[in-house]
Parts: sequence; structure tokens; C-alpha cells
Amino acid sequence: MTGRVIKYADNVSTDAIIAGKYTKTLDFQELAAHAMEDLDPHFHEKLTQRNIIAAGHYFGCGSSREQAPIALRTAGVACILAKDFSRIFFRNAINVGLCIAECDTDLIDDGDEITYVPGDGKVVNHTKSMEIPVLGLPQIMVDILEAGGLQPYLKSRNGSMEE
Amino acid sequence: MGKTFAEKILSLKSGRDVCAGDLVTVTPDYCISHENCASISQTFAKLADRVWDPNKIVITLDHTVPAPTADYANNHAIIRHFVKEQGIPNFYDMNRHGGICHQIMCQEAYSAPGRLIVGTDSHTCTSGAMGAFAVGIGRSEMASVWACGEIWLKVPETIRVYVTGALRCGASAKDFILYLVARLGAGGASYKCIEFCGPGIADFSIAERMTICNMGVEMDAKAAVCKPDEKVFAALKAREICGIQPVWADEDAVYCETIEISLADIVPAVAKPDRVDHYAPVDSLGPTAIDQAFLGACTNGRLEDLRIAARILRGRQVAVRTIVMPASCKVLEDALREGIVADLVAAGCTLMPPGCGPCVGACGGVLADGEVCIASSNRNFPGRMGSKKAKIYLASPATVAASALAGEITAWKPEEEA
Repeated sequence: MTGRVIKYADNVSTDAIIAGKYTKTLDFQELAAHAMEDLDPHFHEKLTQRNIIAAGHYFGCGSSREQAPIALRTAGVACILAKDFSRIFFRNAINVGLCIAECDTDLIDDGDEITYVPGDGKVVNHTKSMEIPVLGLPQIMVDILEAGGLQPYLKSRNGSMEE
Repeated sequence: MGKTFAEKILSLKSGRDVCAGDLVTVTPDYCISHENCASISQTFAKLADRVWDPNKIVITLDHTVPAPTADYANNHAIIRHFVKEQGIPNFYDMNRHGGICHQIMCQEAYSAPGRLIVGTDSHTCTSGAMGAFAVGIGRSEMASVWACGEIWLKVPETIRVYVTGALRCGASAKDFILYLVARLGAGGASYKCIEFCGPGIADFSIAERMTICNMGVEMDAKAAVCKPDEKVFAALKAREICGIQPVWADEDAVYCETIEISLADIVPAVAKPDRVDHYAPVDSLGPTAIDQAFLGACTNGRLEDLRIAARILRGRQVAVRTIVMPASCKVLEDALREGIVADLVAAGCTLMPPGCGPCVGACGGVLADGEVCIASSNRNFPGRMGSKKAKIYLASPATVAASALAGEITAWKPEEEA
């Protein structure tokens, strides 16, 4: 995918991505409407022109709420790049089919145009004319991501994790 | 070469000889979910008709009880219907058996040495206090576990925390874990397991070990575990749980990091807003006025926590609104029997039904713009307990109680008591 970047700092918590008070809804559009509400009031406005988030360390820290990646994906985020992610957010993102990768995001600024293809091993920053190496994923995560998330992945394997 | 606790238990569960970094597919001994069961059940319906084993699923209502809105009430209704339809016996509704999911897991001994637990709550790691390998997972993952009884896990590296010495009067297990969170940093144990052992851990009660393991996830640990001992075995025996095969690390296990901490060095402390690793000894803080005190949550809502607060508050009056929320109905019953509840209510505390609503800003005691709260819970991110403009200081039950009395953040000074 190719797109422009919305940049955030370190320690973006799942409470910031979607506040606890909104998490009991089963409506994904409602989750998306409140995504990043406390952190960035202009998030939805930015999303009309840009669809990739780049952040610093420990993106998605805190609560295990899967609504966090769901809210971002439903709002229109195509990919999240960060220096590193909180463990549960990382798994949740893959499981809901939201593309995610670890790389040196100091080399990516707000508004940069980048391309990332999962499994490619690199992010291309067109604005800065550079390639940024990406940390590899375990094969099972690549497979789940390629299937579009854990649910379609399991369905394609007749309900078993192993072949 | 010896193995860590995580390597041993995941070898045992997968039937393969695995080391840190390997991937395994395993079947959990128990799965725990709370209100997010409503959402999981919808995903589950797209995968299968019947759960793989209803006896292995534990469900509690704890985040939004009693339901504060019609939406929450509808979620509860979906859960009650699902539980009935699937024949899930281990359902903890609002009755005398209910409580916070992690409290129920330990109190009712679903968590036991050598068991593998997964839960759709980040604080699932609390069950490490019972010697279980307990991992927080997401909703889609839980739906798939309900459907196929399996989950893939990466075998984590392990940090060993060896604890010696004895706490000074006034300091607590919470002060110890706040110190460790600051030392390793939020995210400092990412994708790792933390093993707690040594004479200092052996001296801690199961309740104190729960406080410690609970905050493992605040360092982003995959799991946190205390070495199981006679205290755990006695608790299992009391619940008539037999046939447990404890698992623990080999003497020559290989760790990515080993830390030694003496409890004698631990002092009453807080995590300042807005990060769990913004550590400060209470005595180093300038005057910090508070608007609310909160005693409860899966971190510190147990009988021992209410008992120390009652000891501090007995016969006195709190200076700010003070919310007390027992971790389970059993905790509430025991606290009633001991007279703790009477002391707390007489001191001006507001007693809430068992659950964990305020900690997640869902219901019962949320904060207004600009308010300051001292809380015995585990997170102080902006907006966690309501307004994003509120400030949360995390502390021990003793510090929460002493601060409630003073109206500003204060450590409990037992030596100054008459």
C-alpha cells in the first residue's frame, strides 16, 4: 500500500485510541467515530488525505481491547508503523487484519509518502527517497494477515490452527 | 541446558521440547472473559456453533455492574443468553459468587500451578500468583479458542526477579511492584515472562503476589508468575483441587535478565500521572491535593487491602470522597464479617458493589476535568478513569487510605499512630 503518514509520538495507549467508555458497543462504525478522540481532535480530518500511522515506541500499550485496532481499521487506517508495539495490540492488529510493522520511524515524518507491502522487509519513504528495513513477522502472522485476519484464516483451514 | 518456567510449561503443553523464540500451538486449561464475551460471541458465531469445551470457559460480569446504561444491560443480556445456549457452567453473574474475573480465577482456583490460562483482559497475568502461565489475548483470538480449543503462542524469553529481605512497616507489595515497573520501564518486559522468586516472594501472601503479577502487564510482560509453594497448595486443597503437577524453572535456566531486589529498600511510592513508570516515593512529592480516593480493582481490592484501609480509617473521617469496591462478593462477605465494611462506611467511604468499573472509566466513580485521584488500581493513562483532563496517582491501599484522611497524598506512618 502507498499513502501519506500521520505521525504520533511514543506510548499511544489503547485508552487514547479508543476510550474505555466507548468499548461496550458492538458497532464498529461507532468505535471508528471515537478513534483517537482524546489524543488528536483532527484525526478524522487528517484521514481524508492520509491513511498510514507512524508512531514511536510502545504503540497500543495498556488495555487488551481489540476495539483499538478495529476502531483504527474501520476509520480507514491502512497500516501502522512504529518502533515497537505493545504485545497484545500487536497480536490484535494482525488478528483483525490490520497491517502493522516495526521499523525506525525516526526516518518518517508527518505527511511523508511511503509504500509498504507486508512481507517485503522494507518500507519505502518516497518523500525522503530512502528504504527503511522492517522487522520480519512469524510465518503464521503473515498467513493470518494475508487471509485478512484470524477469522477468515481459521475458516480457510476448516477451523484448525494447524494444517 | 535448563529451562525457564515459560519454556517448561509450553514444552509440556505442546508435547515438544521448545525454547524461547519457538512457536507452539497449545490448548488452554481455562479461558476467562468478562463483558467482552458479548462481542466475542458474535465473532464466534461466524466460526462455529458449539464451543470446544464449555467446562473450560469462565465468564464473569465485572466491568459494568450493575449495568449503568441500556447498552451495557443489553450486552449483559447477550452474555446470559450465550452462556445458557452453550451450557457454560462457570458463569459469574451478579450474585454472591460474582466478582472481578482475575479475582475469581484465583479465588476459585481455576488458576493453579502448571495450568495454562488465556483471557481477554490484559490483567490475566494476575493468575501467575497461583503459579499458572496466564496470558492476555484479544477477542478474535478468544473466539477462535472457543471454536477450536487452540492458540498459537511464541515461547517468551524470561526476566528473573529474585526478591530478598523484608518490607519496612508502611511499605507494601504494591510499592514493590511500582518500583519494579519504574526500574524496567513501561514496556520494559515486552513479549517476556517475568519469574518472581526468592525468600521475599515466599513471604508474600497470595493476595500480595496477585498485586505483583497483576502489574506485570504494565511492563508489557506476556506473563508474570510467582514460584508456587505451600501457600498455593493449601489454597488449592481448601478448594478440593487435586492432581496438580507444579511446574517451575530449572536451577540452570537461561534468562535474558536477572534482577535482585531487597524489600528493605522499598518505600511507599506512587506512579505519577500519566504513566505507570512515573515513579516517586510519596515523601518526595510536594503537597498534592486530591479530589477522590479509589480503593479497589484487580490490583488491590482484596480482603487484605480493605483490612489495612479499615485499620487506618477506623474511628476517623475521610476528607475527600472515597470509593471502596471489593474485588468479589466473597471479599465483601468476609469484610462484612470482620467489621471492615462498617469501619469504612463509618469513616465516610462510599461502598460500591464488587466489580472494576471506575478503573476503566466505565461506571461508578469516574473523574471530572481537572480532578486528582489517588487509586489502588494499575493504570493512570489520560482518560483512563473518565475525563482526559483528570490526573491519577497509583498507590498502595495504605497510601490511598492515609491520603483520603489527609485530603492530599500522604504515606501511612504506622509509627505515628497513637
